[in-house]
Amino acid sequence: MIRLTRRYRFSAAHRLHAPALSEADNGALYGKCNNPFGHGHDYVLEVSVRGPLDPATGRAADVGALDSLVRREVLEPLDHQDLNSGVPAFAAAIPTAENIAIEIRARLARQWPRAFPGEWPRLDRIRIYETKRNRFDLYG
Amino acid sequence: MLITRRIEFSASHACRNPRLGEDENRAIYGLSANPHGHNYVLEVTLEGEPDPISGMVFDLKRLKDILTREILEPMDHRFLNREVAPFDTLAPTAENVAVEVWRRLEPHLNFNAVRLHRVRLYETEDLYVDYLGETP
Repeated sequence: MIRLTRRYRFSAAHRLHAPALSEADNGALYGKCNNPFGHGHDYVLEVSVRGPLDPATGRAADVGALDSLVRREVLEPLDHQDLNSGVPAFAAAIPTAENIAIEIRARLARQWPRAFPGEWPRLDRIRIYETKRNRFDLYG
Repeated sequence: MLITRRIEFSASHACRNPRLGEDENRAIYGLSANPHGHNYVLEVTLEGEPDPISGMVFDLKRLKDILTREILEPMDHRFLNREVAPFDTLAPTAENVAVEVWRRLEPHLNFNAVRLHRVRLYETEDLYVDYLGETP
């Protein structure tokens, strides 16, 4: 079994604001991330897949197919967007890095069977660096 | 405990299966079917407990010597398809190179107290593969 990891980048704006909380509580909870004008990050996204080595090709995954899938489902819709207003999922969910990882996994999972019709490779991990110092991993 | 040592080597390759024709290789590997090169980064991870006398899982100097002898000397600044077996008959994809690195290292890093845990090979900064041996 091989695990293959591909790294991508996208830049986006967001604001962390929980509608269930008061202005004061939002300020206390999210601090600078609650700035009403928003702010942004250069996100680094790692997508890991795992699968057996195909003896005919010597590969565990078609990297070109993965690139196309991630570009179409994640990078084109998210890159250089204001996540809160530009991405429908974040009208309801707060665009924390955790929720961005969950949204990316859902987007990839929806189209996975079309990009990879066989049993393998399977999605193994979504990793998001929001900054160099903050990293979020979502397995499965 | 896991300990990891990183080495770098540069090599050229062409992702081609010699049993397939030009068109098929082109269809599977695209541009990677052309001869080109990479600055590979290899991370080798060992698993074990610190020795009660030395306080070390494994002597990293000794690990460096093994990596130099088994990987660096045969692969650095080589054309993998022509100069490094088994890539005369096997496409030197990142996956296959990682598995071959494992095969070359494992016999030298298999002791009671410490064993090879993982080979991670970066083909570029944006693409790496992990191999942890054949899981039963």
